[in-house]
Amino acid sequence: MDFLNAIILLLNYIFVPALTYGSQLALGAIFVTLIYGILRFANFATGDMMSFGTMFTILFTWYFQSIGINLGVLPTALLAIPFAIIFMVGYMLIIDNFVFKYYRSNKSPPVQLAMVSIGVMFVTQAVVRIIIGPSDRRFFDGEKFIIKAGEFKEITGLNEGLAIKSTQLITVIVTMALVSALFWFLNKTKTGKSMRAYSDNEDLALLSGIDPKKIVMITWIIAGILATIGGALYGLDKSFKPFTYFNNMLPIFAAAIVGGIGNPFGAFLGGYVIAFSEILLTYAYRKFFMYVLPESMEPGGLIQLLSTDYKFAVSFSILVIVLLYRPSGIFKGKVL
Amino acid sequence: MRKNLNVIAAYSVMMGLIILVGIFQSWNIALSIFNLCLISAVMTMGANIQWGYAGLINFGIMGYTALGGLAAVLISVNPVQEAWSAGGLNILFSLFLIIGMVLAVRYVLKKYEKSKIRTYIIATIIILGIIIIRFVSEPGIEAIEEVDPAKTGFLGGLGLPIIFSWIVGALFAGGLAFVIGKVALGLRADYLAIATLLISEIVIAIIKHEDWLTRGVKNVIGLKRPAPYEVNLQQTDWFINLVDKFNASKLNLIPDFAERQATLNQLVIEGSSVFVKLCYSGLFLVVVIILLIFTQKALYSPWGRMMRAIRDNEEAANAMGKNVVKQHLLIFVLGSAIVGIAGAMLVTQDGLFTPGSYRPMRYTFLIWVMVIVGGSGNNFGAILGGFAVWFLWIESAPIGLYLVNLTTAGLDDTHFLKVHLIESVPYFRFLMMGLGLLLIMRYRPKGILPEKIEIK
Repeated sequence: MDFLNAIILLLNYIFVPALTYGSQLALGAIFVTLIYGILRFANFATGDMMSFGTMFTILFTWYFQSIGINLGVLPTALLAIPFAIIFMVGYMLIIDNFVFKYYRSNKSPPVQLAMVSIGVMFVTQAVVRIIIGPSDRRFFDGEKFIIKAGEFKEITGLNEGLAIKSTQLITVIVTMALVSALFWFLNKTKTGKSMRAYSDNEDLALLSGIDPKKIVMITWIIAGILATIGGALYGLDKSFKPFTYFNNMLPIFAAAIVGGIGNPFGAFLGGYVIAFSEILLTYAYRKFFMYVLPESMEPGGLIQLLSTDYKFAVSFSILVIVLLYRPSGIFKGKVL
Repeated sequence: MRKNLNVIAAYSVMMGLIILVGIFQSWNIALSIFNLCLISAVMTMGANIQWGYAGLINFGIMGYTALGGLAAVLISVNPVQEAWSAGGLNILFSLFLIIGMVLAVRYVLKKYEKSKIRTYIIATIIILGIIIIRFVSEPGIEAIEEVDPAKTGFLGGLGLPIIFSWIVGALFAGGLAFVIGKVALGLRADYLAIATLLISEIVIAIIKHEDWLTRGVKNVIGLKRPAPYEVNLQQTDWFINLVDKFNASKLNLIPDFAERQATLNQLVIEGSSVFVKLCYSGLFLVVVIILLIFTQKALYSPWGRMMRAIRDNEEAANAMGKNVVKQHLLIFVLGSAIVGIAGAMLVTQDGLFTPGSYRPMRYTFLIWVMVIVGGSGNNFGAILGGFAVWFLWIESAPIGLYLVNLTTAGLDDTHFLKVHLIESVPYFRFLMMGLGLLLIMRYRPKGILPEKIEIK
């Protein structure tokens, strides 16, 4: 019984939150990795592009709520996401046309493109704050929990409850569906294959008749979809605040590099690596050991490896270690 | 003279703008803008040395700034005796343990060839070391943080004049840069950018949460000043006489004695804060000029020539027998040390250390905008960038308000769009920075004052 309690405890406080957070990071990391692999620069505007997409999701959610459309138990935001994606993709194509295209056709070094993306970051941040403001916003509606901790305890008769929020389940399901569709697209369709070819060797791809304009456009469209959905899922699960999104850029970068930048599957797993290590290393295991160990050996302290203040620091340290010992990432991306 | 005309023109315009702020808004605002411009100029010089001279990208400026600020605290605050007696021993012992750990790792690295076993041994040393250090330091840290937490709760500093911290800040920042450089300089440019950005976040996390050292988010306030205090100035005779003399013509116009005294008092109060700011301006100006002389000398020296050669073609410089790795490390340390000075200056001016205020937007990306806009590789350009961008950063709210009023002039004052836009005026600064950066990078990629190398 105690053993079961311990497992439920870990599921509730580590596995479920880490899986959710990891899915959100994974979407962002695939976004970073696609831009890096195909357009060949580190996009510092990642976090702000995600907040831009989320902003449109929120605006549409408010609009639908005001005219009385909702999805019942599901959050209205799910209905708003497709419309937000249209605006987001439009914004990205406009930015690409007016900003990035010039440097791409000039074959500027990646550093210059990264600098330009900082300019885009400033502008996007300003636009988001001017339109929706810098404050914290929640736009979740519908049923909040799938299983509440109390109900779970009643059903199973255990001491520990397992609470699963509906946003957590939605996040995981949507991420899995989206990522499977993306991998199917990249591996099975002709366009996807040509994207991979372009990422692998630009000159060779051009020689074999691949249209670079089309590749770039499709990359931005996919990036727009990933950014909007990733941002909206994060906002649904936690809350929307432009500053948090900007900060999320850092673990997202860490996930992309740990997984091997330029490698979408690596980025996907990198998201979970970062999320699980952040939570595993900063969780206080005291209660877990109270269940597992006999009473005489009960631990005194919190048994916490690092205080939760260092959550971000964990992912960055992992990144530094990976960069030192395996610069191409865990799952072999481009060699840096 | 003629070839420097654009430099002189650009600086005159800049000074003219600041003087205009002084005339139309107030001299207090103008001087506080000027002081922060000078500090920004020091930061941009540091970043310019790395990016403009050597082509090294460093997005960790925030971390070095914060370390400089930490130096100001550790130098100037009086030591907290009780905290030292409560937990000082544990902290010192942990410090020795850390040094021992580093030495042990170095010994293993030197003594044994690269192999899996060596990696495992090093990992074991580090993990064991961290666990032991935590056990040793924990009681000490708890004891220190319990000493009067509302006022101190930390070890305090050395109680020296705060000016010394400018040098110590440089040493701290240089030391950190040395470690980071050893670890990360081998990476390709954009990875170096990401790695330094993340490492600076780790530095901030440590400063924020190690309360025994920095008081963390509880902030350290009331640091010593190198300049006189306003309250004291207002009671000194020579200062009152000085204000009297300056405003003699204005004061003589007031016939009534009591009224004249009241006006004088008002002027003295205003004058005292202007005077204090002027003191800071003088100090900062000295730093900027000294650094400028050194960096200019370095730029035109054989060493500067070598740096440019390395920047423009690493392989060729390497083939000519220049030690690229060593020079990169050197310039990384030098540039970061200069940023550290700026960090200490900033805290000196504010008189308080607030770890929560260090954000990458303000302390990393804004500095980069300054360098790029001003002109990388050209010290005068970088300084001008610091001035121009900081000026815009502060004055963009009034400019934004003016623009909003202009474009929505046809709308009613209570129209929702107008109200919303006026509320969001503070965010126009991001928009201006972003657009400025994008436009400069597109149409004048070398900055306002481009790099110009004369062969003498």
